[in-house]
Amino acid sequence: MLELSPDFFAAAYLVATMLFIYGLKGLSSPRTALRGNWSAMLGMALAVGVTLLSPEVKNYTWVFVGLGAGAVVGTLLALKISMTAMPQLVAALHSFVGFSAVLVAIGTFLAHREAQRLDLVAMIELGVGSAIGAITFTGSLVAFGKLQEILKSNPLIFKGQHLLNLLLGLGMLGLGVHFAATGDLISFLAMTGIALILGFLLVLPIGGADMPVVVSMLNSYSGWAASATGFILGNQLLITTGALVGSSGAILSYIMCKAMNRSILSVIFGGMGTTDAQASVGVQAAGKGVKSASVEDVGFLLENSTKIIIVPGYGMAVAQAQHAVKELVDVLLEKKIEVKFAIHPVAGRMPGHMNVLLAESDIPYDCVFEMEEVNGDFSSADVCLVIGANDVVNPAAKSDKTSPLYGMPILDAFKAKQIFVSKRSMKAGYAGVDNALFYYPNCSLVFGDAKSTCEAIVAAIKGA
Amino acid sequence: MSPTMIAIYVFVLSCFVGYHVIWGVTPALHTPLMAVTNAISAIVVVGAILVAGADVQTDASGFSWVHVIGFMAVFLASINIFGGFVVTNRMLAMFKKKR
Repeated sequence: MLELSPDFFAAAYLVATMLFIYGLKGLSSPRTALRGNWSAMLGMALAVGVTLLSPEVKNYTWVFVGLGAGAVVGTLLALKISMTAMPQLVAALHSFVGFSAVLVAIGTFLAHREAQRLDLVAMIELGVGSAIGAITFTGSLVAFGKLQEILKSNPLIFKGQHLLNLLLGLGMLGLGVHFAATGDLISFLAMTGIALILGFLLVLPIGGADMPVVVSMLNSYSGWAASATGFILGNQLLITTGALVGSSGAILSYIMCKAMNRSILSVIFGGMGTTDAQASVGVQAAGKGVKSASVEDVGFLLENSTKIIIVPGYGMAVAQAQHAVKELVDVLLEKKIEVKFAIHPVAGRMPGHMNVLLAESDIPYDCVFEMEEVNGDFSSADVCLVIGANDVVNPAAKSDKTSPLYGMPILDAFKAKQIFVSKRSMKAGYAGVDNALFYYPNCSLVFGDAKSTCEAIVAAIKGA
Repeated sequence: MSPTMIAIYVFVLSCFVGYHVIWGVTPALHTPLMAVTNAISAIVVVGAILVAGADVQTDASGFSWVHVIGFMAVFLASINIFGGFVVTNRMLAMFKKKR
């Protein structure tokens, strides 16, 4: 049989890397994005195909059964998942990468030990790879549980948490050193076990509004896990690809943290200070009154406007209101009214989630704007309609130094001539902070479920 | 330069490439970006295939735990590959311009 040289594999893997980079580059615009995805798929197909030709692969049964079964399960999952549940799917998939990396580390250790191909460097790489994989695995499981609402989403904090994590971290390190020095399987597995527990403990205390950061962070970890596996195997393709994914997740975490005015460290170590903030809500709300508007009022003002900005939030997704919103937009566009959507970076439960939900309901992406693009437009808008968003339009973030939100960049909804906020109740937002916007003279609340409110507004406009 | 040092070179330079490419991604596509990076982080499948197909000693019936571990790893990574790419495709196909 033809003996393929190591350079052949290296060259093919280089092409795969280039296809991945080209694929990510495609995401710079919705026009080229689909092509980018196909390029990445081609890269993956090439990488898998070439690996199957490797002389190290002697046994194909398990490989093909695994690939085939995974293809069926993965495709079905991807086709059935609803767009609202996208964060859960992504979290679940992160956990698979993490677990897979752990299994590869253990399997490689066993196979290489048999072949006596282990040295100190290899052992260190195995330890690091397994630990990162394990933390990604259980951390993502907790994130999945929280997003799927199997676990409580509020932060779980207990005394001595940081001390416990520190001790576990040190124990993990100690076992890792012991493993690297002796090649003892038991300490390798024990170290991986501690990493699994650490993964749980690191994500449990994070919750609520910080979920987008957690999902991005685990995205980053899954990349680093792949990179570490690349070090173990001495495979440049895994190292490069892992680094691409790792930096992607890290950048997204940074963007999310900046959009919430929180430091990445405070997100990683411990939940948000919700308790103090909640206490002050009642006091503030009692002193002032809010105005409420009927859907007929909203409909009348909307149809007599020339420019409208809609601010959607996760509440819109929860109420499944995106299709009703699309109907409202169609009615307004028919009347030649300018409609823009304003998206805050942390709207939804993962970066860019709101854009996907709007795209799903057929709202064209060139009506949808990011915060920096649209903030200057609010002062010339006749009506701003806030649907299921709260903290991201709270002007206290700009003016009230005592507010926990102070310093967070917001959408300047308060500058619009008239603001309507569709809300189920007077409940505070994720951050547990009262919204100063509701007490503005140009703001009225429309109480009720977002979906039925939008449908009623459409009916009011059509009826008039 | 030792192979480990070369690997570190490759790693660090790739981080720079990643940094520049990712900042170019439009915020509107951050969710598809996560889904597609998820799919490509399943590149660990390469390692998984090497484990599942490794030339190790088997018992009389041709069984080895290494292969079972490798099989699980291939299975999980494969879910990721297909799940990640298909869902990204589904999302990207929904992004349309104004008619």
